[in-house]
Amino acid sequence: MTRQQSHKLAKMLITVISALVVVPIVFVILFVFYHGVSALSWEFLTAPPTNGMTEGGIGPALLGTVILTFLTAIVAMPFGVAAAIYLAEYAGDNRLTRWVRLAIVNLAGIPSVVYGLFGLGVFVLFFGFGTSIIAGGLTLGIMTLPVVISTSEEAILSVPQHFRTVSLSLGATQWQTIRHQVLPHALPGILTGVILGLGRAAGETAPILFTVAAFYLPELPKSIFDQTMALPYHLYVIATQVPGMPLEIQYGTALVLLLIVLSLTLVATPVRTSMRRRREW
Amino acid sequence: MNPIISIENLFFTYADGTEALRDVTLEIFPNEVFVLFGPSRAGKSTLLRLLNRLSDLNEGSRHQGSIRFNDRSIFERGIDVIDLRRRISMVFAIPTPLPGSIRDNLTYGLKMAGVRDASILDERVERSLQQAALWDEVKDRLDTSAFALSGGQKQRLCIARSLALEPDVVVLDNPTSGLDPLSTATVEESLYELKKQYTIIMVPHSVQQGARVADRAAFLLDGEVVEVGSVSQLFVRPQDQRTEDYVTGRFG
Repeated sequence: MTRQQSHKLAKMLITVISALVVVPIVFVILFVFYHGVSALSWEFLTAPPTNGMTEGGIGPALLGTVILTFLTAIVAMPFGVAAAIYLAEYAGDNRLTRWVRLAIVNLAGIPSVVYGLFGLGVFVLFFGFGTSIIAGGLTLGIMTLPVVISTSEEAILSVPQHFRTVSLSLGATQWQTIRHQVLPHALPGILTGVILGLGRAAGETAPILFTVAAFYLPELPKSIFDQTMALPYHLYVIATQVPGMPLEIQYGTALVLLLIVLSLTLVATPVRTSMRRRREW
Repeated sequence: MNPIISIENLFFTYADGTEALRDVTLEIFPNEVFVLFGPSRAGKSTLLRLLNRLSDLNEGSRHQGSIRFNDRSIFERGIDVIDLRRRISMVFAIPTPLPGSIRDNLTYGLKMAGVRDASILDERVERSLQQAALWDEVKDRLDTSAFALSGGQKQRLCIARSLALEPDVVVLDNPTSGLDPLSTATVEESLYELKKQYTIIMVPHSVQQGARVADRAAFLLDGEVVEVGSVSQLFVRPQDQRTEDYVTGRFG
């Protein structure tokens, strides 16, 4: 085989494999859209489920997921970014920090049900929050931390080293250097990490199963110490636990969950590109 | 006259064990242009980065011996490193504007030091640009991106940025390495003006450039000072065979 032939073959193979990956994803999205779109209405998005959940909407579950995602961001973002700054700028490279980094990478791969049990043990029982929004939000936040930390650290390290050197040589302190020369340029990358993490958190079932999610709770929560319904768990319930459930409602619920995750990405992308465009080096 | 910087028996070793400087002893006097020259890996940049302790960034490195600036050891516990870096200011080999406008670059160090007064900032911007011979070219576009400047302009901006801090010593690490001959000449010319006010320590781009700009010079080889002296001594009648070989282009 000549060089040209192997080039063509490699290109073809890689194209086919990429298509094999993309096609099923597109198919799933279209499938859910096709079956679920007829269920969507303002009524469906806001009303509580009724008649043993076989009628009505997903209002409380949707609100619960929005609140939980918001809480996840509040927990994961400051702590995650702070940890990333520490690892990238202050901690240096020694045996201890290498262990810490390894631990973080591994934490990102731990099954979410383990985080759920952790949240049950620590927040629900030990801290006595009970099954509540605060317990669920903290659990989701902790689950999201490793993703936020490693992507933020990556983003911080990708800021050219000489910006730091120049800033320090002009008599800036290390914190001023981080604040004015590193973080502004790392922000697009940090944002990507946070959004990716939140997208995952919004769709997770296992971590909220033991910590916050209610099987059926048509009233809206009054404080963060109340239980709430949440979309992923609600979807699980109506898909497996309720006999005679109309397919339309199931797919409608799935579609809404999909759209939430999608919209997170859609919001992030323009913000990110406009920040990137302002970048000059 | 008292030296502004005196270096005594200085050794420096990087974390990987590379001995970059061995027993360096040098004195630098106020308002002179002092040139450090020698082949690559002679330890020139290492020495420059030690002067304002940018060498602190090299984790795991070790030093021995002393550097005194205005008769005070820069390694002394309790010395204000931030202040030291404002007083011994550094210009790097590659022009390194920070993201932002020309004005942002010039006022960065001052703002970090807490200067807020707009009239002071404006005055320093103009004066430092004048000194670096850049004012006429950029005075109408101070608020445009520093990255839009040409290579030579960028480097003069970096020089101006150092001068805006009103340092005592300006350290230039091969400031014309990426510049065309015309920009190089402009930068060299500005040095004559600068030494009236500042002490200048410079690693030149070439032996010829060193001979053009220096008042005194030191020849470094493998981390050791081979010879120190006036420009006429080092470039015309070197005492050491190795200096002569290098200056006449037999190696390096």
